[in-house]
Amino acid sequence: MSNTQNSSLRPPRMKRRLSRDCEDSTSSCEGPADSYKRVRQPAEDPGDLSNWARLPQEILLHIFQYLPLLDRAFASQVCRSWNQAFHMPELWRCFEFELNQPASSYLKATHPDLIKQIIKKHSNHLQYVSFKVDSSTESAEAACDILSQLVNCSLKTLGLISTARPSFMELPKSHFISALTVVFVNSKSLSSLKIDDTPVDDPSLKVLVANNSDTLKLLKMSSCPHVSPAGILCVADQCHGLRELALNYHLLSDELLLALSSEKHVHLEHLRIDVVSENPGQQFHTIKKSSWDAMVRHSPKFNLVMYFFLYEDEFGPFFRDEIPVTHLYFGRSVSKEVLGRVGMNCPRLVELVVCANGLRPLDEELIRIAERCQHLSAIGLGECEVSCSAFVEFVKMCGRRLSQLSIMEEVLIPDHKYSLDEIHWEVSKHLGRVWFPDMMPTW
Amino acid sequence: MVVNSVHWFRKGLRLHDNPALQEALNGADTVRCVYILDPWFAGSANVGVNRWRFLLESLEDLDTSLRKLNSRLFVVRGQPTDVFPRLFKEWNVTRLTFEYDSEPYGKERDAAIIKMAQEYGVETMVRNTHTLYSPDRIIEMNNHSPPLTFKRFQAIVNRLELPRKPLPTITQEQMARCRTQISENHDERYGVPSLEELGFKTQGDSLHVWKGGETEAMERLNKHLDRKAWVANFERPRITAQSLFASPTGLSPYLRFGCLSCRVFYYNLRDLFMKLRRRSSPPLSLFGQLLWREFFYTAGTNNPNFDHMEGNPICVQIPWDHNPEALAKWAEGRTGFPWIDAIMTQLRQEGWIHHLARHAVACFLTRGDLWISWESGMKVFEELLLDADWSVNAGSWMWLSCSAFFQQFFHCYCPVGFGRRTDPSGDYIRRYIPKLKDYPNRYIYEPWNAPESVQKAANCIVGVDYPKPMINHAESSRLNIERMKQVYQQLSHYRGLSLLASVPTIQEEAEPPMSDDSQASSSTAGEASSPISAPSTPPNSDPSTPNSSPTAAAPGAHTHRKRVRPSELPSKQKSKVKHTNQAKGVEQKTDDMQ
Repeated sequence: MSNTQNSSLRPPRMKRRLSRDCEDSTSSCEGPADSYKRVRQPAEDPGDLSNWARLPQEILLHIFQYLPLLDRAFASQVCRSWNQAFHMPELWRCFEFELNQPASSYLKATHPDLIKQIIKKHSNHLQYVSFKVDSSTESAEAACDILSQLVNCSLKTLGLISTARPSFMELPKSHFISALTVVFVNSKSLSSLKIDDTPVDDPSLKVLVANNSDTLKLLKMSSCPHVSPAGILCVADQCHGLRELALNYHLLSDELLLALSSEKHVHLEHLRIDVVSENPGQQFHTIKKSSWDAMVRHSPKFNLVMYFFLYEDEFGPFFRDEIPVTHLYFGRSVSKEVLGRVGMNCPRLVELVVCANGLRPLDEELIRIAERCQHLSAIGLGECEVSCSAFVEFVKMCGRRLSQLSIMEEVLIPDHKYSLDEIHWEVSKHLGRVWFPDMMPTW
Repeated sequence: MVVNSVHWFRKGLRLHDNPALQEALNGADTVRCVYILDPWFAGSANVGVNRWRFLLESLEDLDTSLRKLNSRLFVVRGQPTDVFPRLFKEWNVTRLTFEYDSEPYGKERDAAIIKMAQEYGVETMVRNTHTLYSPDRIIEMNNHSPPLTFKRFQAIVNRLELPRKPLPTITQEQMARCRTQISENHDERYGVPSLEELGFKTQGDSLHVWKGGETEAMERLNKHLDRKAWVANFERPRITAQSLFASPTGLSPYLRFGCLSCRVFYYNLRDLFMKLRRRSSPPLSLFGQLLWREFFYTAGTNNPNFDHMEGNPICVQIPWDHNPEALAKWAEGRTGFPWIDAIMTQLRQEGWIHHLARHAVACFLTRGDLWISWESGMKVFEELLLDADWSVNAGSWMWLSCSAFFQQFFHCYCPVGFGRRTDPSGDYIRRYIPKLKDYPNRYIYEPWNAPESVQKAANCIVGVDYPKPMINHAESSRLNIERMKQVYQQLSHYRGLSLLASVPTIQEEAEPPMSDDSQASSSTAGEASSPISAPSTPPNSDPSTPNSSPTAAAPGAHTHRKRVRPSELPSKQKSKVKHTNQAKGVEQKTDDMQ
């Protein structure tokens, strides 16, 4: 192993990282540094062969697996055998590329030299790869450049994660698609793919299916505007091992649900649907109750997670019939009426989060939810109103199964039965643990 | 021996309840009250004109009050480290007094001055009055780390003895004993500077709503208490449209500059409550705002990086965006969301906004919409907000951006709906964005949704006369919830589907607030009073308010109070404590079964 390669692993950035690690735990950085000193001397004296150098590779590997990359890099400079250990494929299966520009992010980036070295020496070892990308187009571009160089690797998981704004969307679609297709074509056993907020399209999904249909288990592609219902249907038809799927409501169809609940298909575990309105007053299609029923029959334990970001007047088609939703999140204001329908038609509900509601208290709605949603164990209320008595009644009905109860203090309206001071103790009594409402500073 | 005292004003710009100033007067031959200000620094510092005006008015007021006592305020130009050696020699100073500053920057500055004073043989006396409690004491009682939840903090405060009683105002007799020669050219050398001298252009701003100074603070305090007494309701006030406007009873800027002593405020509230509620002991919630202030002071006192994300041990590392353009739109009230823009305009013009308005704009800038670092928002507040204390400002921003103190991040304020709930008629918007004044109520919070005919009729076309919304709120809140979830799941190592469960639970919250034994230990703990507070309370320690309660007037109230306190505890409080123990017991039992 040449020394130049190792020194390329020691840009100033890493030193900073190291000192940060030191703050976290002294042992993690003292270890390699100490051994560095100790090992060096015996190495200079060939008569006293170092035990360290003869440490079996399996043991070394085991130790190295516990060390952060930087510590491994330092350790790799101790001796030839440690350097060899540094390059063992097992240590390069999993890697997270952090691509940030100093002008747009507060976070540090993976050093370009390290990226180069990985592509050169370890790309065929990579199996679990993710890219964390800040809001700049350059970072998204850099991610695509790396992707298109991963020609001789076979990834099992790939995640493209936008940490701020969805910057992959700003790339030329063709550029993104060609990079992604490199991975799809070369990796014949991709099992998990997270490509939310990217310009992936139907043809590229076809390539994915053609190469990875036997292995694909997880596909997350919320807010991918270039995919059509037919595109995702093709995935569902071919990938019978798909267990987790995330997409936007406009891709959801009766056909898709039927495809996912076909005999050939494994049980679905999670289905996440984002319901987003592109423009006010948008009309949404409906899903037949029979399709949901088929889904539940096929996968009785599946979780249906739904995030709603709609205007109040867009809820028309939702919650008219029974829907097997388990986790329900309302990101914008939702009307009393819709919450009333939730109570009637969501018997499998486990978690409910309501960010905002109008000015009328949600008393009856909550009571009905407590009555009919027998599995409800988590609830969060933001800008809503509930009378203290109704809330206590709600908690009493749900009792200790409420493991998460996050209610803003302002939500609770004192009434003749309970003041704000009393409610904390009344609720704690029914929950069997100490409970307080969430509060914001008075400032 | 001759005693020549200098009292150094920084915060604490008042003559009432000022123990450090009392120390300066105590047995002294001369006393000079000093404020140090660097006019060169003023213009470049990140402090807006409203804050400077407030400060200068407060200094004017101090000077006026000192004149009535035949003394003057000495405003010395320069930096403390340059100024003091000169003053020590020139005035033959033997004693230097000032109020304790618990903030890291202040502690460092003061340590240097104390050392310098030692070298000059000047005795220094420091007294803690900017906060009700000693932050160090609270940290000590929380196993040597600052409490990270407000509940925990309240529990500790519950165990503490009451804050020390405030001291009376400096009297003419006290001052007469240590009168100082005032030179002919005092105004020239030591006068309070004008805004122009500090490099601000003033165009006869008629808008300034908050007048600085102790005199104004005391008037406001009386009005504040009158209103409380009149309403006789100490519950959490319901927020109305009126709450959004500057109130003649608002006190926060006066507490910030110390024109009003927090202890005076505290005891006035307490006495009033006990008078109206037949001596029942006041709940902690009565002092809400005061305690939040203490909470953040405690959190920040030993953390020099409290106002940064990097290197700040309590701050969650969140991959915020750098976006100067978007930040400028927010700071200048050009977001295209009338609710946000009205708030930022009010902040810029008047220097104060309601706390819900602070929540709204802070959430919008950070985790709600723009995904810009809370540090940037904090700096804008630092410039514009009259009551921006370093600790409280940074702490509140961290809180509101879910960067610390483990908040549920689904609580996002909608930049349309939140304002509409608070002020359905939109009067507040019309006041601060006159361009929109002719919009019908239905569209005033979302003018971009108004039909063209409505926009024309209102003489304000969106995109021409008023900006289009800079961001699609639904889209950005969808993205940002995911981002926050990423960050928090990494922290909590939670991989499930629950959004609520992805926020880590903080250990101290799971513990019962305090055990019953705490009452026993509180009296012993009381003995070890903080070294920086006044050694003993003078007999006539109650503030000279005519309606002070009989207990407060009792001499030696301090020791008396300590002994009385346990039995003073309201029965409800006791049952609550017991209950939490029971609850804990239950929890443990279920744990054992598993």
